[in-house]
Amino acid sequence: MVKPVNRIITGAHYGLRDWLMQRITAVMMAVYTGSLIVLVAVYRPEGYEGFKSLFSIQWVKIASLLCFAGLCWHAWVGVRNVLMDYVHPMFIRLTLQVMCIVALLGYLIWFLDILWD
Amino acid sequence: MERIKLENLSSCWGYPPTDKFIWSDWLFMETQYPARRRPKYLNLFKIREPLPAIVSILHRISGVLLFFPGIPLFLYGLQMMLESPESFARLQSILIHPLSKLLLLFATWFFLHHLLTGIRHLGLDMHYGLQLQHARLSSKLVLIFGAILTVLAGIWLW
Repeated sequence: MVKPVNRIITGAHYGLRDWLMQRITAVMMAVYTGSLIVLVAVYRPEGYEGFKSLFSIQWVKIASLLCFAGLCWHAWVGVRNVLMDYVHPMFIRLTLQVMCIVALLGYLIWFLDILWD
Repeated sequence: MERIKLENLSSCWGYPPTDKFIWSDWLFMETQYPARRRPKYLNLFKIREPLPAIVSILHRISGVLLFFPGIPLFLYGLQMMLESPESFARLQSILIHPLSKLLLLFATWFFLHHLLTGIRHLGLDMHYGLQLQHARLSSKLVLIFGAILTVLAGIWLW
């Protein structure tokens, strides 16, 4: 027998995926932030040249991009939860959700463009 | 305490409003807060939230603010920092303004609060600090450490 499906189009992704990823990305960002503070404290970048050369190191760029991608995923889950709590009409919620996804993807490309300029 | 479910009580009595009704809870509420004298506030400004609830809603508010305008402002700043020596100088001249320093301080507090309450939530997810006293204590600690770290960041900024 086929079980009836009561999923809604603007609902959560079912199961652990989003909940768990939000926490995993949170730990990722916390570790990255701590490491960056230590790096800046040790490296002591001075002025434009200092910061430019710090963010020209390949593994710093890769770690930063990973962290920012994690931030986008984390923010998406968070904003989606907020919209699910406060915005109930399906069409408005869907519109806002799509706007958030487009904005976050745009931010990700912007970040890529800044680091790999 | 044994909990007796009385089904369909609402239909014959009109109170309580649901038919999933726990008798001992109702008795407790009636003896502690008789229905006639019990204050009913639907006004959010009159409801005094417990500390863990305040810390929790601030986690959500700070999260939304970090998303917008947080992320675009951060990216704009990062772009100015790494684009050219001229844009770096322009960023410095913007950040030297007391108003932008104040905004940066608020942003720092939002960030730290979101980070610290996030760590607290991770603990709660792993069933640490679920007891009421522990939840209150961790809420206080989160606020105190958030304030201390923001002050330290402020000293470092100025």
